[in-house]
Amino acid sequence: MSFTILGTGMYAPEKIVTNDDLSHLVDTNDEWIRKRVGVVTRRISVNETTSEMGVKAAKAALENAGVLPEELDLILAATVSGEDRSPSVACMIQNALGVSCAAYDINAACSAFLFLMETAAGYFARKKVKKVLLVGAERLSGIVDWTDRSTCVIFGDGAGAVVLGEGNNYLDSVIHVHGGDEVIKIPSFGGTSPFYERETPAPYIFMNGQETFRYAVNSICTDITELLENNHLSMDDIDYIVPHQANVRIIDFAAKKLKVSPEKFVVNIDRYGNTSSASIPMALDELNRSGKLKRGDKIVFTAFGGGLASAASLVIW
Amino acid sequence: MVFEKVKEILMEKTDKDASEITMETSFSDLGIDSLDIVEMSMDLEDAFGIELEVDEKLATVGDLVKKIEELKA
Repeated sequence: MSFTILGTGMYAPEKIVTNDDLSHLVDTNDEWIRKRVGVVTRRISVNETTSEMGVKAAKAALENAGVLPEELDLILAATVSGEDRSPSVACMIQNALGVSCAAYDINAACSAFLFLMETAAGYFARKKVKKVLLVGAERLSGIVDWTDRSTCVIFGDGAGAVVLGEGNNYLDSVIHVHGGDEVIKIPSFGGTSPFYERETPAPYIFMNGQETFRYAVNSICTDITELLENNHLSMDDIDYIVPHQANVRIIDFAAKKLKVSPEKFVVNIDRYGNTSSASIPMALDELNRSGKLKRGDKIVFTAFGGGLASAASLVIW
Repeated sequence: MVFEKVKEILMEKTDKDASEITMETSFSDLGIDSLDIVEMSMDLEDAFGIELEVDEKLATVGDLVKKIEELKA
């Protein structure tokens, strides 16, 4: 026993920020951003918190699944940009849905949504749950340095969710962690202790762009190859690859190295930017609502990010 | 042979003709960006079975070719 995906949902804030808008804030331009990152527009929250966006995605997923909030046995959420260190985003979503099931967050940065699925699969295997809600929600606009042109053009805000029920459609996963903070780091607010002697860095996203690119491409290639080998499948058996939407150049280069048509990859970074843990459930929801998915389709998810943590998983729709 | 491979990759990335890429050509003249450089490094690693760290001191095609030949040796 593992699970089956019963429904999906997403929410993106209304405000659309264009590359031209950003060119008024930092020294950049539309052509540079399109070519280097592949983002054309991103959605930015004006008055919604991370968990409020998560609630909207959750409600959309519950409706899509035909599941009532009170049926939920567990809520797992992922974020690197929650409005509070505590309560967790999952707890605030539980509160807003008016339910009383267990709820907690898991931190694995941009890869976290796949870690939520892995954790949920354990509950299903032990028959501890019948319905589970997974949410990735991010207000990354709150943790980017809006004076740094190398990062502020990449990210966006949004939330995605899935509702899981009993089934056997989560086939397998691979997870790799290389702990370290040299490549990607998002420092916490360091506080104002009069006793602490170490410097406290600014609490904004830091990335070594070239090393992140290399890590991301290698992770996609090795994780997917390992996953397919472990399951005696070839790329031809896979209908869709839903990658973390970090940078279109990463996806294109990984597709080239894997010798897969880029069309197999589901891409929406052009409209939403990189939304970290929300990007995979948002892309899955768009794929689902496009009507292209058929029951029985094999989907590979692939994600990579801060930790460094990467994962790939294989799901039957 | 190393030069030929580097040239082939650069032609693919820049739409330049073979005659426009020599040992003296500098990367800044080719108009390639930092991600092109990583992509090229990863392609060269696969082609020659080496580990190539991105190094800003490598300014020209000749510098890169020399570096790869050292690593292969």
